[in-house]
Amino acid sequence: MNRPVLELRNISKTFPGVKALDSVELQLYPGQVTALIGENGAGKSTLVKVLTGIYAPDGGEILIDDAPVTMQAATDAKRHGISAIHQEAVMFDELTVTENIFINNQNRNIFGLLDWKLMRKRAKTLLEYLDVNVDPNIPLRELSVAHKHLVSFAAALSVSSSIVIMDEPTASLSHHEIQELYRLVRRLRDEGKAILFISHKFDEIFEICDRYTVFRDGQFVGSGGIADVTQDDLVAMMVGRTVSQIYPKEQTTIGDTVMSVKGLSHPSEFADIDFDLRKGEILGFYGLVGAGRSEVMQALFGLTPTSSGSMELNGKPFKPRTPGDAVDQGLVYVPEDRQHQGAILTLPIFQNITLPQLGGLSRSGFIDMAREYDVAREYATRLQLKASSLSENVENLSGGNQQKVVIGKWLATNPNVIIVDEPTKGIDIGSKAAVHKFMGELVAQGLSVIMVSSELPEVMGMADRVIVMHEGRIAARFERDDMTAEAIVTAATGA
Amino acid sequence: MMNEEVLKHPMTKDIKDLPDNLNGDWRNKLMRWETLLMVFVAIAFFTNTQISPYFLDPWSLSDATFNFTEKAIIALPMALLIIARDIDLSVASTIALASVAMGFANTMGAGPIELALIGMAVGTVAGFINGWIITRFDIPAIVVTIGTMSLYRGIAYIVLGDDVYRSYPSDFAFFGQGYVWGVLSFEFLLFLCLAVVFGILLHKTTFGRRVYAIGNNPTAALFSGINVKRHRLFLFTLVGLFAGIAAVLLTSRIGSTRPSIAMGWELEVITMVVLGGVNILGGAGSIVGVFIAVFLMGLVTFGMGLMNVPGIVMSIFTGCLLILVIGTPIIWRRFLNARKMRSNSGE
Ligand SMILES: Nc1ncnc2c1ncn2[C@@H]1O[C@H](COP(=O)(O)OP(=O)(O)OP(=O)(O)O)[C@@H](O)[C@H]1O
Ligand SMILES: [Mg+2]
Repeated sequence: MNRPVLELRNISKTFPGVKALDSVELQLYPGQVTALIGENGAGKSTLVKVLTGIYAPDGGEILIDDAPVTMQAATDAKRHGISAIHQEAVMFDELTVTENIFINNQNRNIFGLLDWKLMRKRAKTLLEYLDVNVDPNIPLRELSVAHKHLVSFAAALSVSSSIVIMDEPTASLSHHEIQELYRLVRRLRDEGKAILFISHKFDEIFEICDRYTVFRDGQFVGSGGIADVTQDDLVAMMVGRTVSQIYPKEQTTIGDTVMSVKGLSHPSEFADIDFDLRKGEILGFYGLVGAGRSEVMQALFGLTPTSSGSMELNGKPFKPRTPGDAVDQGLVYVPEDRQHQGAILTLPIFQNITLPQLGGLSRSGFIDMAREYDVAREYATRLQLKASSLSENVENLSGGNQQKVVIGKWLATNPNVIIVDEPTKGIDIGSKAAVHKFMGELVAQGLSVIMVSSELPEVMGMADRVIVMHEGRIAARFERDDMTAEAIVTAATGA
Repeated sequence: MMNEEVLKHPMTKDIKDLPDNLNGDWRNKLMRWETLLMVFVAIAFFTNTQISPYFLDPWSLSDATFNFTEKAIIALPMALLIIARDIDLSVASTIALASVAMGFANTMGAGPIELALIGMAVGTVAGFINGWIITRFDIPAIVVTIGTMSLYRGIAYIVLGDDVYRSYPSDFAFFGQGYVWGVLSFEFLLFLCLAVVFGILLHKTTFGRRVYAIGNNPTAALFSGINVKRHRLFLFTLVGLFAGIAAVLLTSRIGSTRPSIAMGWELEVITMVVLGGVNILGGAGSIVGVFIAVFLMGLVTFGMGLMNVPGIVMSIFTGCLLILVIGTPIIWRRFLNARKMRSNSGE
C-alpha cells in the first residue's frame, strides 16, 4: 500500500474531567476515504480540532508526508493543505453567503483590495459544483439549517487542499443532498485527496468509505479496510457490545384525533397544509431540504405567523401567538438547530434540561434545586448522556451529547403533543436506539409525536403514517403498510 | 476474532453516576471575581483609615454611605437588566423627570407619602415606555435609552427652566435624611433589604433563572417557551421604578429639585454593575458581586473626598475604572490563552 499523507501518533488531549483523546493514532491515504467511527463523546471532533490547529494536543506527533509538523493555528492547517467541514461550523448570520465562504481566505486584486467580483463569481461556481441552489448575495440568516451547512462545505472547498475532513457532513441533509455529497466525495477521492469522513450512519460508511478507524472513550480501538468488516463488527468495536434493535417500534393502539390542522398557509414558505394527528401516533414528515417542513412546525409552535388556515388541539381552537402559549397548551417543539435554538450552550446541563418546566419544579417561584438535579439526572441517564457532571456547560459536550440534552429537555416536560425536528441528528447508534425506545414509550402512554426527519430508515421504522412535503405543499401521504422507500423518495423530489 | 479484540478494551464508564458537579468547581469559578473585589475593598478601607483618623467613626461611616446608596439601589435591577442583555442609559434622566414631577406636585400641596408615590410612579412609567418601545419595535436598548435620556431630561428642563423647586414638607426629609436605628439611615437600610431581595430573586427563583437564560441565548430562551418580550418589558419597568425610588431618596436628601439633578449617574450605576462582575454582553453576573462593588466604589470616592480630590477628577476616575473593568477580563483571557499556547509548543 502507498504511504499515508497524514499520520497521527500517540495524540492526547485532556479537558477538565475528561481525557478526550488518549494516545490515539490515525492514518489517511491519498485517494482513499477513511471513516472515523465512535460513540458520542469518543473524541472524533476533538481530533478534527487538533488536526486543524484549533486545539493544541497535550502530546503526540502529527506527520504530513512523513515530516513532523506542529499545528498552532488555523492558518497552519491551511498551509499544510488540510481543510475541514466542522460539525458545528462557525458561520456569520449577518454576512452574505459569499462573505461566509471566503471568511478567512479572501481574494485580493492587484491593488491588495478585496476582490469581491472574483469572490462572488467563485462562490457561484462553488455552489453550482455542490448543486446548491442559493443566491450567493443574500445574508446567511435567510438560509435553512441544511443550506447553511452546504455553504460551510463551499467554504471548506474554497481552499485547495490535499486532505479534506468532514465531521458528520450528512447530518440534517436528506436523501437527495446526500447523493450529491457522495458524488462530491468520490470526485475528491478520484482527484487523489485523502478524506476523513466522520459519521454515525453505517449505510453511508459502507457506501463510500475505503478504510475505517474506530475510537472508544478517547482510545484507538482498531482500523482496517471496510471490505473486511461487517456493520456488527464495527458496532461491537464502538460500544463494546452488540446493539440489536435499532428501531424498536412498539405496537400501540391509536386513539382519537388530538390535533387537526386545516389549510394552513404562509405567504411564502408553505400552503394548504392539512393533517390530523391521533393519540398514540407517530406522524412522520419527510421531504428534501427546503421543502418547508421546519417552517410548518414552527408555525404550529407559535413562532411563525400564518396567513390562513386553522388548528385545533384537544377539540379546542389552537392559535398560539408565542411558543409560551403552545407549551402552556401541551404542545412542544424540539428544534433542529441545537446550537442556536435548542440548547443554551453557556449554561449547565441541568439548567438546560429543566428550563421549560421550571414552573413545575418550584414552589411559589423558588426553584427546588434538589428536584431539579433529580429530573436532570433521570433524563441524562435515560438518554445515556456522556459528561463529567450535570453542572458542566453544554458547550463542552460533544455534538451528539448536546443533541441528547435538547431532546431530554423537551421529553422531560410531559407534553400532549411533541414535535421533533431531526431528533437523532448526530446521535450514535446505541443512543439512537435509546431515543427511539423512549419515543415508543411515550406514545404507548398516549402522547402524540410529529417527527420531522430526513433519515429515511428512521421515518420508515418509527412512523405510523408519513406525510411527504415538496416545495411547501403536501405531496403524498402514506400509511404504515403501503410505504416504500422508493415511493417516499419519489414523492419528495416532486416527480 | 473481532470480539476478542473488543473485550480487551474497557467498557464504557457507568453513566448512572453523573455527579451534580465536580466538587464545587463552578462555585470556585463564580467566586473568583468576588474574592478579588473583597481584597480591593480591604485595601481601600485600610487606605482610608490611614488618610483620616475620623474615618472609622460610626457617624462618619454612616455619612459615607449617602454618597452611593441611591445609585446602588438602581444598580440592583440594572444588574438584572444587563444580565438579560439589555441596558438602560436613561436612569439619571428618569430621576430628573421624577424629581421635577414631585416638585410640581409639591407646589400643588401634595403630602410626603403622595410625593413618594408620584416619584415612583413617574419612574415606573418612564421605564415602561423604554421597555415598550424596545420590545414592541425591536430597536436596540442602547439606541432607545440614549434617546429617552435626552427626552426625559429635556422635559425636566422645559418644565423647570432655570428655576428650582424647594420647600418640600419637613416630613418628606425622612426618606433621604432619616435614621432608623442609631447611625443606620433609612436609605441604607432600604438598600440592604433590597440587596437581599434581589439576591434571592436572581439566584433562587424561576424569574432569575429565566433572566440568565435570556441573557445567554434569547433565541433558545424563546424556543423554551419563555415569553422573552414580557420579561424584558418587566425588567425595564423595574429599573424605571427603582430610578423613581432613587429620585425620592435623592430629592428628599438634598431638599430641592434642579433639572440637572443626578447628572451623569447612569455611568456610575453601570460602572458599579460591571465592576461587580456582570458581563456587559449579558448572561453572567451575581448580586453579591454588585453588592461588594458598590462598597468599593463608595470607599474609593469617599477616600478621594477625604483627600479633597475635585469632582471632575472623580469622574475621570470613574471613566478609567469602567474601561479597566470591562477590559481586564478580556485581556486576562488573552493572556491565559497566550500562556497556554506557549506551554503547549514548549513540549
Ligand atoms: N471544550 C471542551 N471542554 C471540555 N470537554 C470537552 C470539550 N470539548 C470536548 N469535550 C469532551 O471531550 C469528549 C470528546 O468530545 P468530542 O466532541 O470529540 O466527541 P465526538 O466523538 O465528536 O462525539 P459526537 O459523535 O457526539 O460528535 C467528550 O466527553 C466531551 O465532553
Ligand atoms: Mg463530534
